[in-house]
Amino acid sequence: MNAPPITRVETAPPPRNAVVRDALGVGVAVGLSGFAFGVTSAGAGLTLLQSCALSLLVFTGASQFALVGALGAGGSAFAAAAGAFFLGTRNAFYGLRLSGLLRLPRAVRPLAAQWVIDETSAVALAQRGTAAARLGFTVTGASLYTLWNLTTLLGALGASALGDPDSWGLDAAGPAVFLALLAPMVKGRAERAVAAVAVLLALFCLPVLPAGVPVLVAALAAPLVLGARALRRTGPDGQSHGEVSGTADGADR
Amino acid sequence: MSAGGGAWTAIAMTAAGCYAVKLIGLSVPAGLLERPLVKRLAALLPIALLAALTALQTFGTDRLHLVVDARSAGLAAAALALLLRAPFLVVVAAAVLVTAAVRAM
Repeated sequence: MNAPPITRVETAPPPRNAVVRDALGVGVAVGLSGFAFGVTSAGAGLTLLQSCALSLLVFTGASQFALVGALGAGGSAFAAAAGAFFLGTRNAFYGLRLSGLLRLPRAVRPLAAQWVIDETSAVALAQRGTAAARLGFTVTGASLYTLWNLTTLLGALGASALGDPDSWGLDAAGPAVFLALLAPMVKGRAERAVAAVAVLLALFCLPVLPAGVPVLVAALAAPLVLGARALRRTGPDGQSHGEVSGTADGADR
Repeated sequence: MSAGGGAWTAIAMTAAGCYAVKLIGLSVPAGLLERPLVKRLAALLPIALLAALTALQTFGTDRLHLVVDARSAGLAAAALALLLRAPFLVVVAAAVLVTAAVRAM
């Protein structure tokens, strides 16, 4: 998520139009990058219908980029989907924090669920009170969902006109999206260790394992680092999991 | 370029899985996922995945080799933009433009 556009007003609850402005800023900026996804997806060999289906039905950018990247590199459907799915699991924890704040009626939840992503959560969780959070969530979700799908369509349509997307540098869009999402999460020492171990595991596995699998191996960095830290702190009985410091909140806003 | 019938299978699995975790988060009683170890792992898992994906898609090729090419310059530009607290779109645009510029040289 991109931290800058969300300005926290600490003194008084922000007026409605300030919430709307913040929400639209995030929704429009991120929504437009659906164009890069559409081009990337078409470049990876997915059809127009497949690219649009991904944005309509999956609607969580990192998972979409990961999926088409793995498919384009020749990864199996299952390995590709597994990597995309594991990336999407963070949305469950956003939803958990949002449910207490938004207090949605049971009937609305299945609809609202599709909009539970990095950006809507960041905007909603930055608001004070249920009304402002609902407004921020709805405006971000609506603007982002609309634009993301529209620009996916345009990107996938335009991909053939662009010729080779690589000559436009569009193959750098995917990793740049990942980096932009990653940056605000890497705050503490454990976070940095996980990122470093994951990069090493992934690059080590890339030449020797089928496409899509190195990402799954790299996911082991999280339990490995947690285990190593627990061992170092309290010995092998692993008593120390109770410590959840402020650093844990850095990532699952 | 291998997105044939398997692509729809992958899309269906991803769509179903990703929607399910979103809905579970909104619907499940708070206590269940609030256990410290689960929360800690959940916070670190996306870091591992995003870091790995950034590295793989910057240095990896379709033939599963490691290379340092124009994309590395593009990602360096994106990192710089992030340090300067640029908005999301500017970060992505910086990576794309610099990668294209290096290739054009």
